[in-house]
Amino acid sequence: MKLDARTRQRLLSMLWVLALFLLWELICRLFGVTDLVLPKPSQVFKVLIERLPALMPHATQTLFTTLVGFGLGVLVGILIGVMIGSSRLAYDVAYPLLVGFNSIPKVAVVPIFVVWFGAGTVPAILTAMTISMFPVVVNVATGLATTEPELEDVLRALGASKTDILWNVGLPRTMPYLFASLKIAISLAFVGSVLSETVAANRGIGNVMMIASGNFDVPLVFAGLFILAFLGVALYGIFSYIEHRVTGWAQRKTEFAM
Amino acid sequence: MNPTFIELDRVSLRYPGGDVLALSAADMKIGEGDFVAVVGPSGCGKSTILKLVAGLIPATTGNVMVGQREVRGPSKGVGMAFQNPTMLPWLTVRDNVMLPLKIVPPFRQGYASKKKTEFADRAEALLKQVGLAGFGDKRPWQLSGGMLQRASLCRALIHEPRLLLLDEPFGALDQFTREELWAIMQSLWMDRKPTVILVTHDLREACYLGTRIYMMSARPGRILEICDVDFARPRTLPMTFAPEFTAIVKHLRMQIADSRGVALEAA
Repeated sequence: MKLDARTRQRLLSMLWVLALFLLWELICRLFGVTDLVLPKPSQVFKVLIERLPALMPHATQTLFTTLVGFGLGVLVGILIGVMIGSSRLAYDVAYPLLVGFNSIPKVAVVPIFVVWFGAGTVPAILTAMTISMFPVVVNVATGLATTEPELEDVLRALGASKTDILWNVGLPRTMPYLFASLKIAISLAFVGSVLSETVAANRGIGNVMMIASGNFDVPLVFAGLFILAFLGVALYGIFSYIEHRVTGWAQRKTEFAM
Repeated sequence: MNPTFIELDRVSLRYPGGDVLALSAADMKIGEGDFVAVVGPSGCGKSTILKLVAGLIPATTGNVMVGQREVRGPSKGVGMAFQNPTMLPWLTVRDNVMLPLKIVPPFRQGYASKKKTEFADRAEALLKQVGLAGFGDKRPWQLSGGMLQRASLCRALIHEPRLLLLDEPFGALDQFTREELWAIMQSLWMDRKPTVILVTHDLREACYLGTRIYMMSARPGRILEICDVDFARPRTLPMTFAPEFTAIVKHLRMQIADSRGVALEAA
């Protein structure tokens, strides 16, 4: 049977992932590692399948808070990024503030959100939003700032307003930067929402893992981790695909061109 | 001479924060529909003149007049082309050429409805004139440097500007491509007769294209000499090897050597 290079490469990478899980399983069995320390993957999958009906609402909750937080983060991120990228004054004022804000560990912010909005969904959304905003701001601002000065001269000599330049040149040029940041932001959004659920919530995967570790139910903790990893990879994949479709011009592939 | 369209009256420019004058007391009078070339050593403020005329930077002292009006801020509808063709990579070549129609009135009002029909035809006709027929649907990165520069000229001319400002548009091209583009530039100008200011390092280019050549000194840029070139048009490549033509080129070259303080015999 003959396979083309792409399919072979995919198959090979899947085999490698499988091999890693097998190795894990083997090590656990050979050295008799107890479940309390490191459960076997087979056991994790068993728990995952058995408890899936109970876990599903939590997974949905986490996915929901992550996506809403991510959406808001991207929206606010783009707005701030456009502001910073197109005005020198805004850059000078907002950039140090943003860097300062980003340096604060988000785990320290969650209790403040809880005080303001109560435990549960809202703090999770807000944490996901604040954590996923930063890469979007930085990348959008960078994209706008790299507009060629000569092109700007061409447009200004035509009588283009700042908005004309932003719409026709600045924003399209920023698209590859924006999509690169979305892939990072979606992973960060998961970190934010789960973090908040761990601290203060009664629903969501973070909460499940918190309770499970309190009960020394380590296989369930790992089942939660697997769900998170799966959701993260799936969303990353979706954004990679959209990126490829929307900003193919930046990748200069010949198959896109024709 | 044609009625005056552009006038520089003792214009000087000092860039903010710099102590050197980029341009010193420049006087220029350019008639409507003239093709003027500005030559000089690098750093003599040639490009500065274009930016002043386009209103992209204000003069430190003196007046810049375009079409009987003083320039105070960015102009409207002036075509510009640079050494770097700056095509937008996410648009096709045709859409790149049509970019000014999106911005300059009265075209911008009808852009949405005419971009597929009238405007696209117009861009296609212009592309054909510069030898890019059939390349409208390509992406900029699929074109060579010379082809991109042709497209850049189309973009500068699509909206039929009265004023065209060219900043070393052929500077990055090889000699043969460059000479082909001179002929194309000449025919574009002869068809439409916009007023053109061409900034260049290439003295043969200036003599081939220009009706009048302004010669500038090294920094601080001053206008050293004005030289009229009266060869009949359309000018051809063989003409550039005629003795009268090379005499002008040689004269200009010696002037530049003088202004740089370098003796050519010694170099």
